Amino acid sequence: MIPGFPYAQPIEGFLGGLLIGLAAAIMLLGIGRIAGISGLLARASGMSDSGPKQSIALMFIIGLVIGGGLFSLTLGPIEVRYPPNLWWLVPAGLVVGIGTRLGSGCTSGHGVCGMSRLSRRSIIATLTFMVAGFATVALVNLSGGGW
Amino acid sequence: MKRHMIGLVSGVVFGFGLALSGMMNPARVRGFLDIFGHWDPTLAFVMGGAMLIMALAWAFQRRTIKPACAEEYHLPGTKRIDARLLIGAGLFGAGWGLGGLCPGPAIASLGTQFVPAAIFCASMLVGMLLFRAWDSRMS
Repeated sequence: MIPGFPYAQPIEGFLGGLLIGLAAAIMLLGIGRIAGISGLLARASGMSDSGPKQSIALMFIIGLVIGGGLFSLTLGPIEVRYPPNLWWLVPAGLVVGIGTRLGSGCTSGHGVCGMSRLSRRSIIATLTFMVAGFATVALVNLSGGGW
Repeated sequence: MKRHMIGLVSGVVFGFGLALSGMMNPARVRGFLDIFGHWDPTLAFVMGGAMLIMALAWAFQRRTIKPACAEEYHLPGTKRIDARLLIGAGLFGAGWGLGGLCPGPAIASLGTQFVPAAIFCASMLVGMLLFRAWDSRMS
């Protein structure tokens, strides 16, 4: 699709992105809340006092699982490739959990919602987690663990 | 009840969009972060599409007094750039690069790739609990 990048899926990516933006717009214009997934997960699981009512956050989280499943059933299957050793997901999940709470957001809250609002805080957070991601992947590759 | 439906519908659309975009594939997300290797720009198109719609939504939001089904907008007010923000985002980025997963795709994969998604999500919840324990000791 894009010369030089044989694996890229720009059209599917862009269309999926439009839907992600639509979902965030529904939350914002419907109930006045940011569709930040780490925050909504913390709220739904009772670990945070800020955000929409706990039951509404839980509905969003359940919807997320339904949405992924619905795609798999209709337009799927969803192509996936995980790290060769699934136990890598333990330290990965741990630091994602700590980091998203400490930094008040992830790709959805800071990336999609905050950057489009031109929030300086979100732009700096997004640049920081992207640079950390670049560095981590480069280090894993250098250590021979690339996948 | 209406607000619960809005939460559910937003979640479903979000999850469907994540699946369509390819972001539920950890290798593709990792490919975006692999700038010195076989770089995969797909994630940039996902962000572009999502930010385009949200930029329109923010423009509309600024012209309204309250959302359709709630009394007021609850928007983050803090503008502080502090160590918490930078260290938190740094840790998040490290985990994102290590596993190729962030919270949205991980949760959305619980119905399609249960074992890896559950390992990641359970670890993420433990991380959030650890943060809460530390945070309540600090304050």
